[in-house]
Amino acid sequence: MPGDSTYVNNKAAAKNTYDAIVVGSGISGGWAAKELTEKGLKVLMLERGHNYEHIKDYKTAPKKPWEFEHRGRVTEEQAKKNPKMMRTWGATEAVIDAWANDEDAPYTEIKPFWWWRSYRLGGRSTLWGRQSYRWSDFDFAANAKDGIAIDWPIRYNDLAPWYDHVEKFAGISGSLEGLPHLPDGQFLPPMPLNIVEIDVADRLKKHYNNQRHMIIGRAAHITAPHPGRTQCQFRNRCWEGCLFGGYFSTQSSTLPAAVLTGNLTVRPDSIVTKVLYDKNTKKATGVEVLDAATNKTYTFNSKIVFLCASALNSAWVLMNSATDIWPEGLGSSSGELGHNVMDHHYNIGASGDIEGYDDKYVYGRRANGFYITRFANLYGDKRNYLRGFGYQGGASREGWSRDVAEMGVGAPLKEALTEPGGWRIGATGFGEILPYHENKITLDKTKKDKWGLPILAMDAELKQNELEMRKDIVSELKAMFEAAGVKNISTWDNGHAMGHGIHEMGTARMGKDPKTSVLNAHNQVWDAPNVFVTDGACMTSAACQNPSLTYMALTARAADYAVAELKKGNI
Amino acid sequence: MNRRDALSRVGLLMGATVIGSEFFLSGCKNTDKKGGSELSKDDIAFLDEVGETIIPTTSTPGAKSVGIGAFMNMMVKDCYTDENQKIFTEGIGKLDEASKKKNSKSFLDSTPEQRTALLNDLDAEQKAYYKSKKKEDPEHYFKLMKQLTLLGYFTSETGATKTLRYIETPGHYDGNLPYKKGDKAWATS
Repeated sequence: MPGDSTYVNNKAAAKNTYDAIVVGSGISGGWAAKELTEKGLKVLMLERGHNYEHIKDYKTAPKKPWEFEHRGRVTEEQAKKNPKMMRTWGATEAVIDAWANDEDAPYTEIKPFWWWRSYRLGGRSTLWGRQSYRWSDFDFAANAKDGIAIDWPIRYNDLAPWYDHVEKFAGISGSLEGLPHLPDGQFLPPMPLNIVEIDVADRLKKHYNNQRHMIIGRAAHITAPHPGRTQCQFRNRCWEGCLFGGYFSTQSSTLPAAVLTGNLTVRPDSIVTKVLYDKNTKKATGVEVLDAATNKTYTFNSKIVFLCASALNSAWVLMNSATDIWPEGLGSSSGELGHNVMDHHYNIGASGDIEGYDDKYVYGRRANGFYITRFANLYGDKRNYLRGFGYQGGASREGWSRDVAEMGVGAPLKEALTEPGGWRIGATGFGEILPYHENKITLDKTKKDKWGLPILAMDAELKQNELEMRKDIVSELKAMFEAAGVKNISTWDNGHAMGHGIHEMGTARMGKDPKTSVLNAHNQVWDAPNVFVTDGACMTSAACQNPSLTYMALTARAADYAVAELKKGNI
Repeated sequence: MNRRDALSRVGLLMGATVIGSEFFLSGCKNTDKKGGSELSKDDIAFLDEVGETIIPTTSTPGAKSVGIGAFMNMMVKDCYTDENQKIFTEGIGKLDEASKKKNSKSFLDSTPEQRTALLNDLDAEQKAYYKSKKKEDPEHYFKLMKQLTLLGYFTSETGATKTLRYIETPGHYDGNLPYKKGDKAWATS
């Protein structure tokens, strides 16, 4: 046993054998580790990246803005290392190096794909957007109703108690709205909308006869005391790691709980290259690990395996597993492994000026905004495309970086920029992408990554339904802003490359039939019932809500089922 | 999408500060090398005066007090593409030429009023240029100088805490804070 494991449980480690192995330490992996250890299982959590300790490793979080040498800008050296991240907003001085880089871990873009990966303990749980919404039966029943792809094997009632469970522990702030399409949850007090947002929400309510709902974002920030954590301090430096544990991450939340049980072993620098499969018992026996630091190979054994490596990487592990029996990998017998890649399409919206409110400003930096809930194709509404979208946005007064067109240089410019500018409001749509079999990822065996492992090739794109929806996203937002009195409205649609929404889903979907799905209703791989996949890979459709809360609930539910089955001797 | 939209989008969406957005128009997209060439001490002193003309000392300190010349040098060296480094560096000479043409003396020999008048002309020139600029057209040197001055000044400790307001840990959010003309803007959002 290598000596670099942290939180080592020595007895179990001696044999490299555990009750359960959790692959990945992000949002899903953290939940799997917490639930399984709390139920008494000895768990090994494997993380392919380096260790990243709560608070201690949040190196930039205590810095003052002026202590960043390049004031937030990345250098050419950083840009060179990670050209793909330079495409968008992840490229800031504080976080650019938190993303996996193309030099070490390349991927092939058969069609444009923006793949945001963070290879370190906690995965993307310290970098996520923290928006947390329940799904409803409008979502779980959508495929069946529309005759699209396959039906979900579960409904809202199957997941509702698990939403309760994860919300209570993670700490989700939000308002109770009584909307059937966006069920309320176990919320901490909501963050406030600001005065402009309150008025705009009110105008929309009136104009649309109470059919358009602009609410405060439901965010995984604690707004009241929560065990072991300090409530959100409104610094808006979340991505650098929160010194207060103000938002949910593996580090702030699930990992400490799992460690507390004494049942957890965490091994960083551990790339799981395959699930080990025994064709006689038709079950997994454990996993093979390539040590990312030493390039040595290890075997770890367990009764159950939870794959929580993120949608695309969990599929990658399966594709590399049991290939002597199924050439396309474990779970490929359905022909769906790696297919049905989904995301949420965005990068589209509108903004404009709000007049008045010159005597109003805000205090504090709220890392949250408003959410306009879905209205398309609901309650009798009918569009020329399927499904719907929501909007996320905010209103704020402009700061010093605004364009002051009429000002040149000198004291007048300085004085103007010393005061806040006018109020602006803006929002972007987040739209549902349908599951298309032909949107897929495959292994590109012609190229290898830094560790000599085959890489993924991405071949997925938006289709007609999404493109029609995008037109509507812009025109509806423009109409709503006009109705709310927003001036000088400008709209944008900068197109959407798959992955840009950072909500990859669908590559090992759940279903009712092993012929058309990779996983069953409890996230078990049909072909290996002691292997569970509970990250974005398992999603049968995408809805338009941010998906992480649903991964948490599905993971907790699957863990509960796995332990029960283990006790019964069924797996 | 214009710059203003880009700002709104990034700032609102991600809860991210405006820092790191497209404000830094000639962003670090170069891929070949680490650090370009250093400007001379004279060039840095010259840029201190350009910066001070853009953001002068008023009731609060000006850009020269935060070492704006050295800041520009560092940013151009670390974060600019070769092309923009060249535009910026050559811009120093161009600015001085423009001064000689307009005021019959070098920029450094000019009075504060002459310097301001010149830079107002150059600012009008760059604004007109950007109105019809195509994506592949080169940047205008004075746009780069003005941007770096505003960035370096308002994100400095002086700019953030003396000219603007900065609170490290706000502790709560108030979305209905009374405001009267003259109250300072927050340094970060």
